[in-house]
Amino acid sequence: MITKNFYNEMTDEAGRIRPHYASYANWLSEMPEERLSQKRAEADALFHRYGITFAVYGENAGTERLIPFDIIPRIIPADEWKTLAAGLRQRVKALNLFIGDIYHEQNILKAGHIPAEQVLNNAQYRKVMQGIDVARDIYAHIAGVDLVRAGAGEYYVLEDNLRVPSGVSYMLENRKMMMRLFPRLFSRYKVAPVDRYPDMLLNMLRSVAPTGVTDPTVVVMTPGAYNSAYFEHAFLAQQMGVELVEGQDMFVKDDHVYMRTTQGPQRVDVIYRRVDDDFIDPLAFRPDSVLGVPGLLRAYQAGGVTVTNAIGGGVADDKSIYPYVPEMIRFYLGEEPILHNVPTSMCRKKEDLAYVLDHLSELVVKEVHGSGGYGMLVGPAASKDEIETFRKILIQHPERYIAQPTLALSNCPTFVESGIAPRHIDLRPFVLSGEEIQLVAGGLTRVALREGSLVVNSSQGGGTKDTWVLEA
Amino acid sequence: MLSRTADHLYWMARYMERAENIARMLDVNHRMSMMPQSQIQEDQAWGATLRIMGLEGAFHERFADITPDNVLEFMIFDDTNPSSIRNCLRAARENGHAVRGTLTSELWETTNATWLRMRDFSREQFFDVGAGEFFEWVKYRSHLSRGVTIGTMLQDESLRFIRIGTFLERADNTARILDVKYQILLPAGEAEGGAADYYQWSALLRSVSAFEVYRKVYRDLITPARVAELLLLRADMPRSLARCMKEVYANLQGVSNAQSAETERQAGELEAQLRFGRIEDIVRGGLHSYTMRLLDRVQSLGNRIADDFLVPVS
Repeated sequence: MITKNFYNEMTDEAGRIRPHYASYANWLSEMPEERLSQKRAEADALFHRYGITFAVYGENAGTERLIPFDIIPRIIPADEWKTLAAGLRQRVKALNLFIGDIYHEQNILKAGHIPAEQVLNNAQYRKVMQGIDVARDIYAHIAGVDLVRAGAGEYYVLEDNLRVPSGVSYMLENRKMMMRLFPRLFSRYKVAPVDRYPDMLLNMLRSVAPTGVTDPTVVVMTPGAYNSAYFEHAFLAQQMGVELVEGQDMFVKDDHVYMRTTQGPQRVDVIYRRVDDDFIDPLAFRPDSVLGVPGLLRAYQAGGVTVTNAIGGGVADDKSIYPYVPEMIRFYLGEEPILHNVPTSMCRKKEDLAYVLDHLSELVVKEVHGSGGYGMLVGPAASKDEIETFRKILIQHPERYIAQPTLALSNCPTFVESGIAPRHIDLRPFVLSGEEIQLVAGGLTRVALREGSLVVNSSQGGGTKDTWVLEA
Repeated sequence: MLSRTADHLYWMARYMERAENIARMLDVNHRMSMMPQSQIQEDQAWGATLRIMGLEGAFHERFADITPDNVLEFMIFDDTNPSSIRNCLRAARENGHAVRGTLTSELWETTNATWLRMRDFSREQFFDVGAGEFFEWVKYRSHLSRGVTIGTMLQDESLRFIRIGTFLERADNTARILDVKYQILLPAGEAEGGAADYYQWSALLRSVSAFEVYRKVYRDLITPARVAELLLLRADMPRSLARCMKEVYANLQGVSNAQSAETERQAGELEAQLRFGRIEDIVRGGLHSYTMRLLDRVQSLGNRIADDFLVPVS
């Protein structure tokens, strides 16, 4: 792939440094490479020492790795962020209205904007939530929306992560690391701070407590120390000053949830859960789950506890529902979407499937319920054999797949083994919905460290960068 | 504090202490095996260690014969033996990992590093450095983790549960170590109070770092009653039952909750009996049966603590 055709965050088509990168580029050009290497080694050592690691699935239990950290920041100018932030608020607002609608009147289905069976037969649709009122009518309290930049630099939403999005701890730790490694850079730039996030999160969680609870007890619920994001769970609980609990630490009595403490049972009002729906209550969902709390759903339905994100919210971030989000924005808000969707073919539709099969070598084909970048085909990077294998799977199970054009993800200068080179990046800002919709100016920038790679997932060799949103 | 958090802290401390004490117990045998004795006596001594730990059955599922090498393999490296030193250090680390946010980074790093070293420790290396050196290493890692605990942890509930774990485990283990001597027969033709007897008692004292202490306290010959007194009743001896129970009782009072009154009373009663007990009375009633009763009470106290504060033992 030729990098020339990709939008470059730092330089324009003529090779000139973009204005918001000018000062940084200046600084970088005066920085000897050995010094950069030294700083990178320092960062690695610090991340190791703090134990900022993630567990890897499929390897020995307890295997922990660092997510590679790149020391060159991704910089977003103030006006660009303003548009992004407005677009994100709009999108998340509509998504919350959609979930509420689906679990109540289903007006959008009645109006014929989305085929009802698409929603109601979706594995993420939870019938048990039908007619259940939740605090402040919020379902997706924490959204991690993945954005990419393509073409001439316009932003596209790649997916809305509304279940248990992770990565915010890296947003915070990356900033701390940058400030530690390069304190003087921060006097050249007015970088919007992100460290309020845990405070905003705690406030939001407290604001969605069940009605009548004046001083709510908030907990973070983790599947346990072997989960890939355990570090983040422990980190957020610690930063908010709340307990980090596992399912076994809680029980349900008379439609209220309690945690077992050394001083006896203590009532829990808001659960920030990092456990998937399927595992959260063995009485309601998977009976073999040992990660959940028996009876939690019942207590939740009765309004005795708030679960964030809401059970059943996954119906709105499924890849098969994604193509309808612009429609949701028009339907609920009467506005035109500020952020673009990636044009998406739904293989369940005959004509779409035919198109996809004809253009496999150009498209990215994704599993509808997949996550983590495992069950996908990146056409331009795939071998003939891989394409043919995928073709057979597609013909067999078209309903399981969607396809999108291979986006020319933007590049950002990155310090790799061979020196400073362009690598593809994406952006995940975190949107909080409670009393109001809030977000800190920033997000997690993920970078595909392998040359030419478009897959930024940490499980597939991706790294992260600090994300600087500039203040006006 | 979450009961599970307290539970992990308590077991982290117990497993670290257990690793140390198993090293100490094996060290007694190791030292005794260097004294002149018949093969039968030596094997019998190793068998006694297994019996005292309640691991004879588990051992025979893995090995046919009790030989020094088999027992060392089983007690140090064996993955099927929950009390092997390797498994103890792993369990200490796993428990620490589950609550690493509650530990200071120094304590977490120490616990983690100990396990990583043990994990990479091969049997060849073990025979290279020798059993004695290895047991020293285990003891020093345990000393280090205790030092880091006391030197860096906030003196709150977390520390108290760690201390309860340490001293309850040590109480159990010291009682068992004392009983090792009871289980080991004197070589044929050797009289009680003779040379072989002396070496066995001194090996036992050394295994709990009490040989010099004994000399300092009694300035006299080594006699069984005094060894027992030192290990059971002397509250100034850091590994004695009296000391351990004093610590358990004091720390329990610091975490007291609505249902723990009876547990505290039992701990206090045991502590008082050790404080005011006389060795003559204990010896008259039989040291072995006294030790066995002590072990029962320590174990039942452990169960009560689990029920009142931690994750109940199912």
